[in-house]
Amino acid sequence: MDSIAVVGASLAGLRAVETLRRLGFAGRLTLIGAEAHLPYDRPPLSKELLSGEWDRDRVVLRRAPYDELDLELLLGFRATALDVATRTVTLHDGRTVAADGIVLATGAAPRTLPGLPTLDGIVTLRTLDDCMVLRGAMERGARICVIGAGFIGAEVAATARSRGLDVTVLEALDAPMVRGVGTRIGASFAALHRANGVDLRTGVRVEAVEGDGRVERVRLAGGDVVACDVLLVAVGAAPSTGWLEGSGLTLDDGVVCDETLLAAPGVVAAGDIARWPNPTFGGESMRIEHWTNAAEQGMHAATRLLAEDGAAPAFATVPFVWSDQFGVKIQSAGRFSAADRMEVVHGSIDEHRFVAIFERHGRVSGVLGCSEPRRVMQYRRLIGAGTPFAEALTAVE
Amino acid sequence: MRISVNFDLCKSNAVCMDAAPTVFEVRDDGYLYVLQEEPGEELRAEVEAAAATCPTQAITVEG
Ligand SMILES: Cc1cc2nc3c(=O)[nH]c(=O)nc-3n(C[C@H](O)[C@H](O)[C@H](O)COP(=O)(O)OP(=O)(O)OC[C@H]3O[C@@H](n4cnc5c(N)ncnc54)[C@H](O)[C@@H]3O)c2cc1C
Ligand code: SF4
Repeated sequence: MDSIAVVGASLAGLRAVETLRRLGFAGRLTLIGAEAHLPYDRPPLSKELLSGEWDRDRVVLRRAPYDELDLELLLGFRATALDVATRTVTLHDGRTVAADGIVLATGAAPRTLPGLPTLDGIVTLRTLDDCMVLRGAMERGARICVIGAGFIGAEVAATARSRGLDVTVLEALDAPMVRGVGTRIGASFAALHRANGVDLRTGVRVEAVEGDGRVERVRLAGGDVVACDVLLVAVGAAPSTGWLEGSGLTLDDGVVCDETLLAAPGVVAAGDIARWPNPTFGGESMRIEHWTNAAEQGMHAATRLLAEDGAAPAFATVPFVWSDQFGVKIQSAGRFSAADRMEVVHGSIDEHRFVAIFERHGRVSGVLGCSEPRRVMQYRRLIGAGTPFAEALTAVE
Repeated sequence: MRISVNFDLCKSNAVCMDAAPTVFEVRDDGYLYVLQEEPGEELRAEVEAAAATCPTQAITVEG
């Protein structure tokens, strides 16, 4: 393999190029990214950078010099097509980059709501530029309304309160972060948000968003009206695969890969864009939108590209995510839903310091903890090892 | 191989402890402890993975 092109210059793409060089790949290495910025870190965009605690130069994803990586760096270039047979990437200005190996790492982008009007002040949060827009509004004392109490919506609400701003969160389900934490624990986070002054409205339906040129209010079913200066739409993300339509790759809510992250001969995918069968969970097809996964898959995809076909290892992982809200460090690992049996093995949910584990098919399948990093990580290992639930109940001191 | 951790950056989230449990440990006092500052070569892959997946880039591996 003499040349490799990596499309998407963020966490997964950067970890891929770093790993390729670490493994001794000495050929031409091209990193293509639609954003003008060098790879930066997204988690602070809803936390330390948004709150003003950090400056923007602190969110870089690589502190070591870029020279060492000897990259052909194409920042500000959007890939518009891929020809799988010749492994040729076409860029928005018409130029092409052909390579022996391709890493797909174009991540995900915010979903929007159907029927939203075009008004100033309606924003999403994914990029550094998005963050600086929202931060500017917060500095001017804007009243913030957030649609969607997932992790990002909840974090932005917490950050807005840390700045003393009025913030309203509108959520269709019964509790915040239900998909990530289930209803029982979600209810405890609802209490945490309300105790900290967030106007959290659960089980509501947005009927209309109104304003004259600029967003002014959100009208809810039932007649309530929420006045706001900025409306953040935080209803999840979708994989950025539009540019791969017609490439011949299989797309199904992500780029479909085999268990080694290979999508086609010489083409691998990593990070928020990749869907693959995870051997740790019996080959369940997964696509994960979390930081640690993007870093791990970026490394794995690089290894995969350089491996002989027969000798390539599968990518097996226990998905892990963290979130920081009101000083509480939320961490979860594995798979679980409200339907699974849950046991609190340490602490208390309502004091926001606890560890809860979940059961599927007799084994420990998931863990969720607040401000208990050591125990969460020990459970992450037990989940990966397929530990029986009964044993897991007492396995971590 | 020599490991150093920048404790001004570290947020004690224990991701490194998952990657290399014989090298890193976050204890109940909320601090990260480096159990071996100069681990043997057999741990290189684990240690490199810990450094690459540390969310705050607090870990540096030299040599
Ligand atoms: C505000 C926010 C907070 C978060 N907080 C947490 C957290 O606390 N914990 C956690 O675990 N995870 C968190 N995440 C998720 C985490 O940041 C992502 O999982 C991670 O960034 C995924 O990395 P990636 O490299 O796969 O994709 P991305 O980071 O999405 O990067 C993809 C890159 O590809 C570029 N691109 C897209 N299309 C093209 C194209 N056609 N051509 C060229 N380039 C293209 C994009 O511009 C982008 O720079 C957060 C995400 C956000 C947005
Ligand atoms: S992964 Fe990084 S931030 Fe987390 S405990 Fe280890 S060194 Fe600290």
